[in-house]
Amino acid sequence: MDVPVEAFLFLLLLVTAVQVARLRDLYAASMMTAIFSLLSAGLFVLMDAVDVAFTEAAVGAGVATVLSLGALSLTGSREAKKRGQIFPFVVVTLTGAALIYGTLDMPHYGDANAVIHRHLAPDFIRGSAELEIPNVVTTVLASYRGYDTFGESFVVFTAVLGVILMLGTGKGAKP
Amino acid sequence: MSAYLGLWHYHACIVLMMVGLFAVISRQHLVKKILGLTITQVSVIMFFVAMGKVRDGTAPILATMEAEAVATAARDVDYSNPIPHVLMLTAIVVGVATNALGLSFVVRIKASYGSAEEDEILAADHETSKRESAAL
Repeated sequence: MDVPVEAFLFLLLLVTAVQVARLRDLYAASMMTAIFSLLSAGLFVLMDAVDVAFTEAAVGAGVATVLSLGALSLTGSREAKKRGQIFPFVVVTLTGAALIYGTLDMPHYGDANAVIHRHLAPDFIRGSAELEIPNVVTTVLASYRGYDTFGESFVVFTAVLGVILMLGTGKGAKP
Repeated sequence: MSAYLGLWHYHACIVLMMVGLFAVISRQHLVKKILGLTITQVSVIMFFVAMGKVRDGTAPILATMEAEAVATAARDVDYSNPIPHVLMLTAIVVGVATNALGLSFVVRIKASYGSAEEDEILAADHETSKRESAAL
């Protein structure tokens, strides 16, 4: 079974996440975030989500790290001394407890009889064979949920437009 | 207790989520907040992908294209659920786009306030509003 590997990866993820929250050198923290993304990509492969894994490894660990390093070079990389942390800790503990309470009546991990595996997903798998596309994720992304993907590209376009308006193109007069 | 042991993947994702949330609300530097947001986001994605896993299943890539063979294979071979994977692919890309937008906001804030620390920005805002109300 995969359980020891999964447990080990989750442990490494926890260590890197705590380091991200703890480190005051922000270059180190953003490298830790990249490591976090890469480790999570490994975990996605164990969860059979290969498409998610390589998107996370390329976009999450690659592009996002370049963006945050670029931002750090413009904003400075030292974090000032932090203050009391009791209140955030209490908020986070309460939120986590509420979320864990919410999972208690969920079907167990890997349960093949869970409701989400009984409807729609078998139809998509059969439809993928009819459309002659081997990768079911590609079929759903491009054919069945093409409008979602269109909306996604519109969101990315809007975000890029926002970044350009915010930072300028480097030409023209500076305010 | 053993009835809940099958849920430990979900609980591990929630713990990671909370570490990210802690970084968002307790740290002062805005880039650090965005890094915490990235951690939270990856954990949420992991939570969704974990729900799509089928025990002893394989990645949802068909081994054969024959319609009848697939119909029987769908009973014999368990493919993990592709729907969470599709939704989370969208979420990753949109997440990076919003990340970039947030970082560009931080760069602009640093340029006009001279600081990216939340408490200093709030103090500068407070000063400005005090000066403006004194001028009136």
